[in-house]
Amino acid sequence: MSNEANDLFRVLVYDLERGRGELAILPGRRQCLGGSGLAALLYEKYGLPTAPAFDPRQPLIFAIGPATGYFPLMSKTVCGFKSPYNENYAESHAGGRSALALRFAGYDALVVVGKAPRLSTLVVGSRRIERIDVHYLAGADVFTTGKLLRKIAEGASGHRSILRIGPAGENGSGYACINVDTYRHFGRLGAGAVMGSKNLKGIVIQGDGDLPLPADKGYAKLFKDIHEKVTSSGMMEKYHNLGTPANVLPLNELKSLPWRNLAATSDSEADKISGEAFAEKLLMHNAACAGCPVGCIHVGMVREMFSSSHRFAIHQVAYDHEPNFAAGPMLGVVDPVEVLAINDMADRQGLDIISAGVALAWAVEATQKGVISEKDTEVKLTFGDAAALKRAMWLIGHKANDFYALLGQGAMVAAAHYGGADYACVLGQEMAGYATGETYFASQTVAFRHSHLDTGAYSYDQKHKEQDVAKVVDFLVKDERERVLLTCLVACLFAREVYKPEVIASVLGCLGHEELAGSFDAAAENARRARWRLKIATGYDPRATRIPKRFTEVTTWKGPVDAVYMEALRAAYAEAVAELGAPPATDQAQPPAL
Amino acid sequence: MKIHRALRMERCIGCHSCSLACARLVYKSMSWQTAGIRIRSTGGVSSGFQAILCLACDPAPCAAACPTGAMSQRKSGGGVTLKKSLCIQCGQCAAACPVDAINLDAAGNPAVCLHCGQCTAYCPHDCLELVEADTPAAPCLESCHVE
Repeated sequence: MSNEANDLFRVLVYDLERGRGELAILPGRRQCLGGSGLAALLYEKYGLPTAPAFDPRQPLIFAIGPATGYFPLMSKTVCGFKSPYNENYAESHAGGRSALALRFAGYDALVVVGKAPRLSTLVVGSRRIERIDVHYLAGADVFTTGKLLRKIAEGASGHRSILRIGPAGENGSGYACINVDTYRHFGRLGAGAVMGSKNLKGIVIQGDGDLPLPADKGYAKLFKDIHEKVTSSGMMEKYHNLGTPANVLPLNELKSLPWRNLAATSDSEADKISGEAFAEKLLMHNAACAGCPVGCIHVGMVREMFSSSHRFAIHQVAYDHEPNFAAGPMLGVVDPVEVLAINDMADRQGLDIISAGVALAWAVEATQKGVISEKDTEVKLTFGDAAALKRAMWLIGHKANDFYALLGQGAMVAAAHYGGADYACVLGQEMAGYATGETYFASQTVAFRHSHLDTGAYSYDQKHKEQDVAKVVDFLVKDERERVLLTCLVACLFAREVYKPEVIASVLGCLGHEELAGSFDAAAENARRARWRLKIATGYDPRATRIPKRFTEVTTWKGPVDAVYMEALRAAYAEAVAELGAPPATDQAQPPAL
Repeated sequence: MKIHRALRMERCIGCHSCSLACARLVYKSMSWQTAGIRIRSTGGVSSGFQAILCLACDPAPCAAACPTGAMSQRKSGGGVTLKKSLCIQCGQCAAACPVDAINLDAAGNPAVCLHCGQCTAYCPHDCLELVEADTPAAPCLESCHVE
């Protein structure tokens, strides 16, 4: 492969309105690596920063990295889009089979633009590009859609990825997700609603092509070495044993687990919903993303008796700490079966369970305080009443009335209408399952995806008691850069202990990207700044972010949250982000623009 | 002589490490399918996984169907051998296989399990095993075995 060819991305740009695809060969690998960087590059090229998220011309981007398919745990896809939740440029990451399917279909990225004339599914393979009319799937839940798409878009069974939305995506919920291969999701900031706005019910990516092996003679050995590190060293133990729910008891012990809309940070009933409890009582089996031998996906079983003559319905529900927190302690639910059943209902609607659960927790407290009534909610919402909460998930997904239409846009949107903003647990978006303290609250508020995975702030809080704004912001900025490197590659973030700089250099060199092997830090930094520039260009003002009052009322292992310190952290981190997102200087010391 | 058996597929997590290893190490390909073992679900990932690979039939219908002798019964038992230079890419071997174990690549070249065992080392849960060809082995183990 020539040096010039090594810089190129192979991108399929599909226009749903015209029903036509265009193969674009674009330069830029050396500037942005792939994944997060590629998605930003493609949004710069095809996006309309000032047009609304639902403008049909807006691109929905799926991008993979240079090592996808070639090395273990390079198993994720980055979805780039303009978020209907906050109208900012956004990213979401998912695995399943999506990344390898895109690789074996022969693309570095898929960009979908336009709006189909009727509800459609896009089928993309190495020798196939087709838009199929699926108007008859309107309103279908995520799982029914998946089952039917397997028949409608036949071919490459076992070697394809099926992306689809449920009613929530069709109804434009600000936190509608895209379900990927049943157990994974492009979640949080509304990628599913963007898909719905394009009349796109599903995308089937068939990984049915053959690609040449890397020419490097050391490839097989390097693969083997990394594979052994992943499977034999024990460093992945926490992810495939109890999985992320192993966090529940330590977080509860540290007064860092949000309970009942963050009214408390610990509770004596935590053991009922611990990772151990889930594993012992409900864990059915594990699954893996394609190309990852770790198998961190934990699938639990919900067995529901639907007839008194012992007739049962079986639901298999993937669980993790975040979904469990949002359907569990945050809603006051402590029966693991009920946690999974609520999660399952949100999943069927195509709702992001973290956002939906936290938004619903606000609604329960707003009900308690008399801000909203049963006339609004149709069911009486009470902490711990799983049946009512499950019903409410269906009502959000189906945008059942004016109240649920607002709640489906986020707790803060509903609070702006009804009141109760002080106790809406929104840090940029509905909070994740860590009430660890000032660092985390400030970080999630300002950070790029408003995700707990943007930085290691949740972990920093658990280890540091001292207050030092400059030191914390320095940590956040450095930590984000390392994570962006991995999301450009696009490695699973669970693999961050494996893919250290020297390993990344070997991987890139082995794949023929010798130049990048010596400059990937600069490329990742370039991608990071491009992402921030896009977020700011689409209207984001980090300095204007605010942390709701509820987060100042929290007590952690460090004691009551220091609101003044937290605000200083937020403001300082916002300044750092504003600087990262500033237009590139002409000074050659600055990384080049994409 | 040994043959390859996917004996413990109840443990499979669907990581595809085996088929990727076969493609990489045996067929010198970066692919999910140009491989002697391929993993598929049996109707969505919640329904479990199935390994598609050569069951070492004797006599082998694929070898019988081959019009050029490119695919032939392994004399020492245990599957078939493929002489690529004799293959005319007619696809008769794949059509004759009762369990769809032979994959044809885009050019019509067959890929079939050679019972070499390179994939087994990459399975994280010991789903796969090489067993003696002269000992009858059903294509399963755990699910029908009682101590």
